[in-house]
Amino acid sequence: MINNWKNDYVAKPLPTKALLTGFVILALGLLMMALAFAIDHQRAAFNGIITMMFLLSVALGSLFIIALEYLVSADWSVPFRRVAEILSVVIFAVPIFAIPLFFNMHDLFHWTHLEDVLNDPILKSKMAYLNEEFFSIRTIVTFLILFLFWYLLAGRSFKQDYAPKANFIKITTKFAAIFMPIFAITLTVMAVDWMMSLEPHWFSTIFGVYYFAGSFTTALAVITLIVILLNENNYMGKMINRDHYYNFGGLLFAFTNFWAYIAFSQFLLIWYANIPEETSWFLHRSEGSWMFVSILMVVVHFVVPYILLLSQPSKSDPKRLKVAAIWLILVHFYDLYWLIMPTYGKHGAPFSWMEFYPLVVSVGVVMVVFLLFARNKNLLPIGDPKLPKGLHFHL
Amino acid sequence: MNNTIYGVTGIFETPDGIIEAAKIVEKSGYKRFDVHTAYPIHGMPKAMNLGPSPLGYFALVFGLTGAFAGFLLMTWIMTYNYPLIISGKPFFPYPAFIPVTFEITVLLASVGTVLGMLFVLFKLPNNSHPLHDTDYMKKVSSDKFGVCLEAKDEKFSEAAAKELLISAGASEVGTIYYDEETLNFKPNIFDVKFNVFLLVTAIVISGATYVLLNKLMYTEPFNWMHHQARIDAQVPSKFFGENNFSMRTPPKGTAARGFAPYQYKGQPELAEANLTNPLPPTRENLEVGKTKYDIYCSPCHGYHALGYARLNGQFPNPPSLHSEKVRNWGDGRIFHIITEGQNSMPSYSTQLSKEEKWKVILYVRALERAMNAKEEDINNDK
Repeated sequence: MINNWKNDYVAKPLPTKALLTGFVILALGLLMMALAFAIDHQRAAFNGIITMMFLLSVALGSLFIIALEYLVSADWSVPFRRVAEILSVVIFAVPIFAIPLFFNMHDLFHWTHLEDVLNDPILKSKMAYLNEEFFSIRTIVTFLILFLFWYLLAGRSFKQDYAPKANFIKITTKFAAIFMPIFAITLTVMAVDWMMSLEPHWFSTIFGVYYFAGSFTTALAVITLIVILLNENNYMGKMINRDHYYNFGGLLFAFTNFWAYIAFSQFLLIWYANIPEETSWFLHRSEGSWMFVSILMVVVHFVVPYILLLSQPSKSDPKRLKVAAIWLILVHFYDLYWLIMPTYGKHGAPFSWMEFYPLVVSVGVVMVVFLLFARNKNLLPIGDPKLPKGLHFHL
Repeated sequence: MNNTIYGVTGIFETPDGIIEAAKIVEKSGYKRFDVHTAYPIHGMPKAMNLGPSPLGYFALVFGLTGAFAGFLLMTWIMTYNYPLIISGKPFFPYPAFIPVTFEITVLLASVGTVLGMLFVLFKLPNNSHPLHDTDYMKKVSSDKFGVCLEAKDEKFSEAAAKELLISAGASEVGTIYYDEETLNFKPNIFDVKFNVFLLVTAIVISGATYVLLNKLMYTEPFNWMHHQARIDAQVPSKFFGENNFSMRTPPKGTAARGFAPYQYKGQPELAEANLTNPLPPTRENLEVGKTKYDIYCSPCHGYHALGYARLNGQFPNPPSLHSEKVRNWGDGRIFHIITEGQNSMPSYSTQLSKEEKWKVILYVRALERAMNAKEEDINNDK
């Protein structure tokens, strides 16, 4: 009984039509991006950070989910690890979107204006960390480390399908343990460098955790969405059941709450202490139409997904779960918009077609990367000895 | 006498067996049956076709009650019943209510869910269930798995039920009987023996507690140095004779060091005539004076002693200290006002020491001079 999954799962190539759609979306996105840079390169660069940080969320979150599965030796998620592994390939696309930003550093970061920095005692004292050379080194080193860990955690797994090594899980678990602190540091460095330093006077020690909460939810939502779509078209065998979905729904629900907890902690501490250098960040987000955006954030990022995922059936019903996953992906864009754009539009939320190019580009990149890389690959890790146990998972 | 049938039981040997049995019993149309196992078996709710548990609604109702109760309670206290400004926040500081609201929500939801489960769904306390003390229960609570079809079910007939269980693979079937009287037995809480026992227990426990905490703890060597050969402050004592307390009153006319009494109570003119500032206007003195002035005087007088400041409108505004009158006052007069207060200004003797008062006066003089500079000041500057 335990081995009959082999009869159920047959590797099928993913449809070319989907890949073509992905290419069309990506081409449209890149066109919008190029047009945006041509019209208003400062605004386009700010949107570029949104694109980059969203793709980084998906890639880093997937790597984190893979590492977490090895570390806690989870069984239920083994059938979906391959989806996360393919999705984490997005990490190689992220630096591409960082390149145009490096050419627009002066439009983005106040601390790159040396004459202002030298006249500002606070910025002057931060010069040892916030300078263009060290910033570039940090970003490059971070990506190199992440590429290495992509290979160690995800890249090695594909060979397991045909030539399984006996000690693979044991070794990868060790890599996962090493990756955890590195994940925390790299994610915090990227969040602090690319988003917190937009307002260099401001600081929040919980900022990295805030970005992590959004990243994990997003990566999980993308994986959930892909798994549901694959299952609807019978690409993952017949063994995926409602209990698997229930775990996805439960985790999405938990991390919706975790995000709210972290976001509110950051707000409450700053609101209570009421120190000018800390409150400035929230004041920028309550000026003019930003106040509306900030209040709506509570509704769209917490109340709506909370209600969508609260009941037990909604966590295990793929149709409702799909809606929740798409919603959580979209609100991460909203979250990044709220984090990044107030530095550009100081007195009101800027909103036009330009603010949509991060969404179109990101969807295109994820689709193209996933579908291209998944060609001729199994969508289940068929060489993993824990796979039958994972497929037979029941609550 | 046990004579009424409660139900028919079947014993199964394996977890897979009991799952199959539950499916068969459910499919054959029985509504009132239950499965007993020593540990939870995955897939059982589905096999028994139990449907979703109503427990979630307990959590929802109690959680919402907690959320509203917590938020409204704090709003009523902080905003309406006893409005207090805490760390400069408004009377309705809703972000500060959220952690408390969250905690009360979690508390009520969890406690309500557990209590609802125990008393509503499990129907506890239930101390005389027919299955208690049967061989069947002994077996299924150690190493066997059992299913019980209740006689209350419409479809029930003893022979058919037994046949069904045997065909489902039961290794053993039996019938459970019960007695209406035993089942409906209610213990009498006014029973004399019971109440005497309760009373005796209460007396023994409270007596033992009293002896332990009030007698035993204070006998040697357990008195934890409570009794020592010294006199505590403010306790009655005959040690000093006519004085009945351990503290002594100082002799008439003595003053503590640094607390010399003020000589010119109610006599501003005398103070002006006799008191002069003993301190020179050095940088250090002026800086202390400025600090103290900014803390204690500036809320009403203003940083520049012009008479309007941040408490403007909440108290009567003090007059400007740059007036001709104040400038011509002697330092002693100002010292007198700081010490005794004037009009609505209270005494600042508890906040400022004698030295500090003089330093504040130096600073006030500097402020006055800044507003009414003389010709020679400008020349000196050059």
